[in-house]
Amino acid sequence: MNISRRRLITTGVAAAAGVAGLAAASRIARQHSLIPPDGCSLYGPGETLTYAAQRLLTRHSLAREFPRSMISSVPFANEIAKPTEEFKRHQAAGFSTWRLTVDGMVAHPTAFSLSDLKTLPTHSQITEVVCEEGWSYVAEWIGTPLANVLHEVGVLPQTRYIVYYASEPYLWGSIDMADALHPQTLLAMGMNDGDLPVKFGGPLRIRVPRQLGYKSLKFLTHITATDTLKRFGKGLGSVDPEYGYSWYAGI
Amino acid sequence: MSALGLCYPLRVATASPPPIAVTRRHTALVRVTHWLTVISFFALLVTGAELVISHPRFYWGETGNSGTPTLFKIPIPSSRDTVPTGYNYVLPDQNGWSRYLHFEAAWVLVLTGLVYVTASVMTAHFRKNLLPSPAQWSSSAIRDVFQKYLRRAPPGDAESHSYNVVQRISYLLVIFVLFPFVIWTGLALSPSFDSALPATVNLLGGRQSARTLHFFVSGLLVIFLVAHVTMISLAGFWSRTRAMITGRVKFPSERS
Repeated sequence: MNISRRRLITTGVAAAAGVAGLAAASRIARQHSLIPPDGCSLYGPGETLTYAAQRLLTRHSLAREFPRSMISSVPFANEIAKPTEEFKRHQAAGFSTWRLTVDGMVAHPTAFSLSDLKTLPTHSQITEVVCEEGWSYVAEWIGTPLANVLHEVGVLPQTRYIVYYASEPYLWGSIDMADALHPQTLLAMGMNDGDLPVKFGGPLRIRVPRQLGYKSLKFLTHITATDTLKRFGKGLGSVDPEYGYSWYAGI
Repeated sequence: MSALGLCYPLRVATASPPPIAVTRRHTALVRVTHWLTVISFFALLVTGAELVISHPRFYWGETGNSGTPTLFKIPIPSSRDTVPTGYNYVLPDQNGWSRYLHFEAAWVLVLTGLVYVTASVMTAHFRKNLLPSPAQWSSSAIRDVFQKYLRRAPPGDAESHSYNVVQRISYLLVIFVLFPFVIWTGLALSPSFDSALPATVNLLGGRQSARTLHFFVSGLLVIFLVAHVTMISLAGFWSRTRAMITGRVKFPSERS
């Protein structure tokens, strides 16, 4: 092998620059919250690249909206767990007993009824539900942007993530503030001009249209504002990574 | 070392005649990016197949699901019981790790491709080694290559050192048409990327069209892979593979 001194030096300098560059990139990524909560696994480098690229390039972009004529005549209702007795009691009461509790890093923790939420400014959007399996449908979603509710309870400025739970608390997820304050992130109570049907997550689901369907949790009951995800579940940001699915589903 | 040694050092072995010379065939750039592409493509292929199994139905247009007509179905069982497949059993769900690995491998593939294309432009690799030369660029020359293939004639020594015209055209198609298109159709499946650049998916005719096209282009890449490995096997699998690992070929080429 012939290795010239020049080659040795340039390779050495390149390697040192590479290591220093990676160290600097990792420090900057940490400072700007560009590392997802499940970014420390075997797949962490890929997840971090995806999440960081999306946050740097698409923080404020709006999900595609469609004309009314493109609303799917056959929206596909994915499987849901069998309703519990408690859920059936809420259903019998016409969901007048349903509450959305908002707590954590907020000035005024509040429990909202559906009629409370309906007094907040309404927003409707015709967006596509995109399942990680590959199928999709377009529907109109009516509700109030999550940002309105967060504003109402006085979310504290150091909040970095919004954690949310379904009526069955083992189903939970979280989004960062870029998605939580995004104008299209909706607490949906209506679908296609009617009340949100139970099989589509009624009476209340979150819609995060820039991410895959599994981030749009159904049967929403509880929202917590936090500055860290470490204390929640296994600290991976949502229940999905515990089942092997990524936390950030914007791809 | 000879004066030629700067770019193609000829090292004549001291062994007994006939003298076997060793020449440089592939640059380190080509070799490293080739094998990184092999690894990431294999990961993308396996995980992509797993993702198809979770919904082996394909559609055209913006939307499509188990309640709508399909463009075509793959007659295999699914890893989801919500998909009507005609089979009365459900395969295990492999989507979690498959998705993680698919996107991580896609990053490796895209970054490798960027390094390869940038460096190849800078070193004139495309112009010197992949663009067909004026002499090769004729229908008779292309016909000659195919006739040799059909006769299963072994490639001459020239082809151990340079690509023939059919190889050049297929490599250029893979590098500049198929890979860019598979990346484009893949990006079109990202809801967040589409929010920033809606034309990514709209130009393809909608989300489900993009998914179907992504599947078809992947199929074309698999056809290329099969043809590529077949040709390498015909030309001498180990000598060609060794050349892509060590960068060197021996000539006259030893054949068994």
